[in-house]
Amino acid sequence: MKAALDILRKLLRDPAAAAGLVIVLLLVAVAVLAPLIATHPEAVWDMNPRQRLLPPSEAYFFGTDRMGADIYSRILFGARITLTIAITAVGAALLIGVPIGLVSGWRQSWLGEALMRISDIFLAVPQIVLAIAISQTLGPSIENVILALSVTYWPWFTRLVHAEVHSLRNETFIEAAIALGVPAWRIILLHVLPNVTSPIIVRTSIGMGFTILTASALGFLGLGAPPPAPEWGRMISESREFLPEAWWYALAPGLAIFLVVMGFNLLGDGLRDVLDPRIRRASTGR
Amino acid sequence: MRIVALILKRLAWLVPTLAGLVAIVFFISRVIPSDPVALLAGETASLAQIELLRQKLGLDRPLIVQLLDYYRQLLSGDLGTSLFTTRPVWDDLSARLPATIELTIAAMIVAVALGIPLGVLAALYRNRFVDHFLRVFTVAGLAVASFWLALLLQLFFAMDLRWFPLQARITGFPPPSLSGFYVVDALLEGNVGRLGNVLAHLTLPALTLALPALATVVRFTRAGVLETLQRSFVMYQRAMGIPVGLIVWKYVLRNSLISTVTQIGLLFGILLAGTVVIETVFQWPGIGGYAFEAILHSDYAAVMGFTIYAGVVFGIVNLIVDIGHAVLDPRGAAA
Repeated sequence: MKAALDILRKLLRDPAAAAGLVIVLLLVAVAVLAPLIATHPEAVWDMNPRQRLLPPSEAYFFGTDRMGADIYSRILFGARITLTIAITAVGAALLIGVPIGLVSGWRQSWLGEALMRISDIFLAVPQIVLAIAISQTLGPSIENVILALSVTYWPWFTRLVHAEVHSLRNETFIEAAIALGVPAWRIILLHVLPNVTSPIIVRTSIGMGFTILTASALGFLGLGAPPPAPEWGRMISESREFLPEAWWYALAPGLAIFLVVMGFNLLGDGLRDVLDPRIRRASTGR
Repeated sequence: MRIVALILKRLAWLVPTLAGLVAIVFFISRVIPSDPVALLAGETASLAQIELLRQKLGLDRPLIVQLLDYYRQLLSGDLGTSLFTTRPVWDDLSARLPATIELTIAAMIVAVALGIPLGVLAALYRNRFVDHFLRVFTVAGLAVASFWLALLLQLFFAMDLRWFPLQARITGFPPPSLSGFYVVDALLEGNVGRLGNVLAHLTLPALTLALPALATVVRFTRAGVLETLQRSFVMYQRAMGIPVGLIVWKYVLRNSLISTVTQIGLLFGILLAGTVVIETVFQWPGIGGYAFEAILHSDYAAVMGFTIYAGVVFGIVNLIVDIGHAVLDPRGAAA
């Protein structure tokens, strides 16, 4: 608990990381409170042809869309979809990727080797290529997007954990534990895992941003949640036929994606600096 | 000699990796119910007709047989026939390949030509305004959704200001085809008007595609230069009174670009992934847009063709990067 507070204090000292944390907390708050803070919660799924494509005003902060729904309210509800996809997909990727990385990094074995080769296969093409193929064959739905994203993201965790465990393996304290006859599963869970949590946390934060970006691209291509759902990527793709007149239609959802992804990336960078000062600030968007 | 061994070793890995990739895509694209045969046969086809067509296409056999058959077919250089365009996938892909390569190279040039100097600048003026500004820029560049950026650029520069065309690769007739790259062909033709037309069409998609790669180059170059600047040889040179500009240009850059070169493989991945979305938005007649169309039509052969193409290109680029790395930095080549 004290360690967590200490990390938080250091994190808040870095303005960029603090901004990232605020954005992420804001996203969670918005997703939870969407029905309360939406100005037109009833109009998110309804048709109101008379209020169609209105520009931003005091009643409709970000204007209205082709159905006459309030874009501001739709974005608030869309935060729920975004957060659900990101948390579930990255969580599943964690659950698949981390154990595989632990096992394959711990000891040279045919199983570990085979699992690493499988992860290589998934990394042989950019994530979105495979994700598109999978979510298209499964049909457009939030569940399938989550499935496609977790199936294609776990290798990133596997490689990270594998490399960390591999180098930890030669540390004196691990050798000591082995010499004392501590069972392997106990060493892995109690001594190895706690030492790889920092890079995992950093990767998780950056992975959330990356996943949101990929999920919105799938939505944009028509592979995400089916039409009435206020998915941000799909909202942008819907707006295309009403450009340039209804410019606000495309603007707000894109800003929402941008802000949220930036929040997770800034938080990830900040966490990296705090948790692991050895690693220099040189990450990529992945 | 060592480099030859490295190449052979990497090539030997590439084959099973690609075979695995083919298997994964093959199974996800065939196991899933959506039935391309029914789609192809049309709505009026009877069940018997559909079954006949299925047999004709060999889609009624066990999956593993189909997969082995597909491997055999691939080894003879045949990617199959697109169910939708009814042309060989290889022909479709090669007809569209130059457009994608042209776009990717243009984006790569933007990313590297702007990214390296900006990265050096950020490192030299560490924690000053330029550095902070570039940090915000790179973080933003990696957070923006490419399709949204594409729409904003279209909205502003094509629809509003009308500086650049909205979409497509050219207006009017393409230049006489020699290389397939419109920029090169227009140059060879000596037609300045056509060259301008081509470049104008290229600008917005290339900039959109380049942004995340550019941000990545800036970050890596900055980190690389900062690390090199701390090394003792730089301190020595500084102490000897050699101008900083000269040190950076002649010595630091070479040493710090190693990490940037290693990332070119990653950049290629970013660019390759970007083409699917960006070619769709800009109606760019390349491979990424083709892949998206193929997916919409459940066109297995074409989807597989694209995925294999992506795997091969990605694999070869990474191989070249490894070789380049070994040449630039012989210290770490043993691995």
